[in-house]
Amino acid sequence: MQPLFFYYFAGATVISAVLTVGLRNPVYGTLALLSAFLHVAGLFILLNAEFIAAIQIIIYAGAVLVLYLFVLMLLNLKSTEKVVQRQWGVAIFFGAVVLTEILLALFKSPAAAPDGSTPGANVPAAGNTEMLGLSLFNDYLLPFELVGIILLGGIIGALVLAKQHPAR
Amino acid sequence: MVALSSFVILSTTVFVIGLIGVMIRRNFLIILYSIELMLNAANINLVAFARYTHTLTGQVVTLFVITIAAGEAAVGLAIIIVLFRRRSSTNVDQLNLMRW
Repeated sequence: MQPLFFYYFAGATVISAVLTVGLRNPVYGTLALLSAFLHVAGLFILLNAEFIAAIQIIIYAGAVLVLYLFVLMLLNLKSTEKVVQRQWGVAIFFGAVVLTEILLALFKSPAAAPDGSTPGANVPAAGNTEMLGLSLFNDYLLPFELVGIILLGGIIGALVLAKQHPAR
Repeated sequence: MVALSSFVILSTTVFVIGLIGVMIRRNFLIILYSIELMLNAANINLVAFARYTHTLTGQVVTLFVITIAAGEAAVGLAIIIVLFRRRSSTNVDQLNLMRW
């Protein structure tokens, strides 16, 4: 049953990603990106990461994507412009080269693990959210605070950038 | 159970699709979408390796990546708004002020 779900979620993620990059209308692109995020959340549930899946849906699909859509409505873009660069053939060629290179590096390197390594069925004593919280606030407390500072910088930067300055 | 290599192949594919999107599109907004796709590909990798090595480190790092992505979206959208106010377009080809 599990491979079936994996192939559904993986295929839907890849198709949504291609549509995000390929669709002409940015609103349709946003909806394709939403579909990609939801299917990635399904993959996270398949990987026993329920809390990350919930965060993915709440923050990515709920907050970030709504922010994008909101700005998209504010901008009122013209849809007559050309959407892709002239050099799209070269870009796709180099993308294929990078894909081949990464896959070769993964599967032909001397450090490659034997294929088909599967996890055992050890279920942690507490739930995923509880274990994650304990780890986050004990072992990763300093990175947690640093991420808070980065978020504060992001808020202040966005406000300063988007503020309407009166004419001087 | 699905092998770890399947997740790695999926994550590589999504990453390269995002990379091609950054290179070929003219709209600034779609370029930001492609960056979000690449961050999601990294998240798939992190969570898959966390599952297959029985540790939680990958999931904690995924939380940090999602937070940074939210901050990146806020700053990127502010830049787009400023740009649209000046040029009334989000085409990256028109941003040639600093070109030599």
